[in-house]
Amino acid sequence: MSASTLDREDGPDIPTERKRSAGAWFTDTGWRHLVGLVAVAFALFPVVFVISSSLNPNGTLTGSNRLFSAIGIDSYARILGGSQTPFLTWFGNTMLIAALTAVLTVFLGALAAYAFSRMRFTGRRFGLIAIIVVQMFPQLLGVVAIFLLLSTIGDWFPEIGLNSRIGLILVYLGGALGANTYLMYGFFNTLPPSLDEAARLDGASHVRIFFRIILPLVTPILAVVALLSFITTLNEYVVASVILIDSEKQTLAVGLTQLVSNPRYADWSAFSAGTVIAALPVVALFLYLQKYIVGGLASGAVK
Amino acid sequence: MTQLTQTPDKGGTDTADRPRGQGSSTSGRMLPLLIKILALAVVDALAVYAVLVLIGAKAWVVAGVVVVVTAIVNWIYFSRRALPAKYLAPGVIFLCLFQVFVLVYTGYVAFTNYGTGHNGNKDQAISALSAAALQRVPDSPTFPVSVVTRSEELGLLVTAPGGDALLGTSESALEPVEATFEAGKAVATPGWQTLQFAQILDRTDEVAQLSVPFSDDPNEGALRTPDGSNGYLYISTLHYDEVADTLTDESTGKVYRDTGEGAFTADDGEQLMPGWQVTVGLDNFARAVTDARLAQPLLYVTAWTFGFALLSVATTFALGLFLAIVFNHPAMRGRKLYRALLIIPYAVPSFLSALVWAGMMNESFGFLNQVVFGGAMIPWLSDPWMAKLSVLLVNLWLGFPYMFLVCTGALQAIPDELTEAGTVDGASGWSIFRFIKLPLVLVSVAPLLIASFAFNFNNFNIVYMLTGGGPRDPSAPIPVGHTDLLISMVYKVAFTGQVRDYGLASAYSIIIFVVVAIISVIAFRRTKSLEELN
Repeated sequence: MSASTLDREDGPDIPTERKRSAGAWFTDTGWRHLVGLVAVAFALFPVVFVISSSLNPNGTLTGSNRLFSAIGIDSYARILGGSQTPFLTWFGNTMLIAALTAVLTVFLGALAAYAFSRMRFTGRRFGLIAIIVVQMFPQLLGVVAIFLLLSTIGDWFPEIGLNSRIGLILVYLGGALGANTYLMYGFFNTLPPSLDEAARLDGASHVRIFFRIILPLVTPILAVVALLSFITTLNEYVVASVILIDSEKQTLAVGLTQLVSNPRYADWSAFSAGTVIAALPVVALFLYLQKYIVGGLASGAVK
Repeated sequence: MTQLTQTPDKGGTDTADRPRGQGSSTSGRMLPLLIKILALAVVDALAVYAVLVLIGAKAWVVAGVVVVVTAIVNWIYFSRRALPAKYLAPGVIFLCLFQVFVLVYTGYVAFTNYGTGHNGNKDQAISALSAAALQRVPDSPTFPVSVVTRSEELGLLVTAPGGDALLGTSESALEPVEATFEAGKAVATPGWQTLQFAQILDRTDEVAQLSVPFSDDPNEGALRTPDGSNGYLYISTLHYDEVADTLTDESTGKVYRDTGEGAFTADDGEQLMPGWQVTVGLDNFARAVTDARLAQPLLYVTAWTFGFALLSVATTFALGLFLAIVFNHPAMRGRKLYRALLIIPYAVPSFLSALVWAGMMNESFGFLNQVVFGGAMIPWLSDPWMAKLSVLLVNLWLGFPYMFLVCTGALQAIPDELTEAGTVDGASGWSIFRFIKLPLVLVSVAPLLIASFAFNFNNFNIVYMLTGGGPRDPSAPIPVGHTDLLISMVYKVAFTGQVRDYGLASAYSIIIFVVVAIISVIAFRRTKSLEELN
């Protein structure tokens, strides 16, 4: 299933009837638009609400209820000014942690997928199954052990122990060989082995084949996995909340959750402004890469 | 076959075949080798540093593990064989430390009483208990002291009655040191910075809290200084008898014994806290399933976890499939736009959406009650059943775009001929859907539905950020609520509330893992995904 079939709009071979009654139009496609509008309203109204309250200069939760009753960017200035919260620091932490985790996850995962896909060795099948089984125990469940492990490591090496962003990234990399490796492994398998055989006959080493031939050909799946890993890390709360203690080391998920732990007393419009700022880059990236993501999800579905 | 270990003359014959590329070929050969040597040098340097630190901290086992792992890594990358290992090693090392070890360690913690009040070992518990019961000895001699500091740690520089200088911290007992004297009082010692009067004032609380053990025997008491210049001897009212392994409270005469439960316990059952960490066998598991006050929450949380995961998959799949069918009509205009708009809930980071929904569902101030329902006071998040409904509704909002995308893909993969054949045979639109399209869609999305079930089974964010697991169940001894999933219950038992119970939380983790593993194995058996591995 490729993305291109999804984009098939009105094809040339579809007979279009010019003269037809409104009733016929409605039973054919009109009601579809009605359903579509209801669905879009359901999908978008929280988004509209949050944009509206972010533009409300001094909104509490109640004050945000009259949509677009006031327009101003005061709340953006408040959240970015950092007088109440280190929002920009949280934002920077989140982007840095998520980006580094995504890049390293893809790299480690691609190395493993290459080995599993292209080499035959003892323990290969066992390795593949072991990865699935170990992944059934999500890091979420081991959070107590992760906390105790990092607190012990921190006694010897404070740089990667508790309250360290590098330590958090290392923990996330524990999941680098996982479902993502599977997605890549499947994609690697679709490349014909004759490609690397030809290269090997020409005297190319395995390193060269990996970096110069395989990686460029699998870029789409690397992009999808990187994006999925980025979003997963961005959303990750449990491990981050346990490891990152100081406010200026925390991520958006941890910081913003505490900020509105009681929405009644929180500066709701500043939070909404923060939400818009935090969500915009992700939504933009998502819509931009839509085709690849749809393709990646669908290939997982139809395989 | 590995170019990195090729001999130079073989490289020469290689480049001779392709005269044009000689220069680039040589550099192409040298660069990876350089990178490899550099990377291994960095790894080895870090390992040496780590081993030195670990030996300094007397962590022999960990130091040994670091040495062995580093040796294996070096062997893998310098050997000509072990080619797959070169690609697998980095990921596997992380996997072993942060997944496999964490899994094993969780299993170990589940068999201990680790948690608030049971953090350290027995010696630490004895010294903490003794320190907490310190009382100033009446008429004891006064020791002139100077408060000194080294990397944030405070210490006391004491002038003994004989004129010798002694140094100790809260961690280490007094020991003789070299010092500079002023008017018979030790005022400075090498490696430590002496606090000036103003600095002592700044850190009054810390200085007053500082108690330096007089010797390694906790019964000899400790030195404390209320003012930063004079130290007095304090002796604990608790006396530790090493032979009998008992603590005696000398003011009341009560005797506390080590009864094997990880705390000193008096005959009447009174326990002194902090205790220490001991292995408690299957106690945590037994407690989780037999203690009525714990078993009941575990039961309804488990039931709700299954209900939530199943209903989440069912509702999101139903809505997603319905929309996919509605929009899967070639003559409909604007399908791309609809799709881009419907995808937005999936693109917004879920923790943000959940927090926004929590605000909108606020009972008295939220957008839903105030505007959509015109001032109704619907208890979206505070009534047990409404809260469950709200969690499902918000999860439907979050999850239907994904199912919509997946189902659109699956529908379009069904050849048109099948539908046409059905129409020719006189089947209605509904029968075509029911007997042709739905089974085909289900076959292709079944693995994703299983994955979605597994994801929702541990969907921590939505529950924790929307309802916080609430409304809280007041009858349970652990902070558990009516919308808690197993995973959020684990988190709350371990990390929120007055009492952290790592042992119980780990036992819950292990129970969940076993349940999930069994379900997954059955599911994978049925879809034969495991058999496809070749």
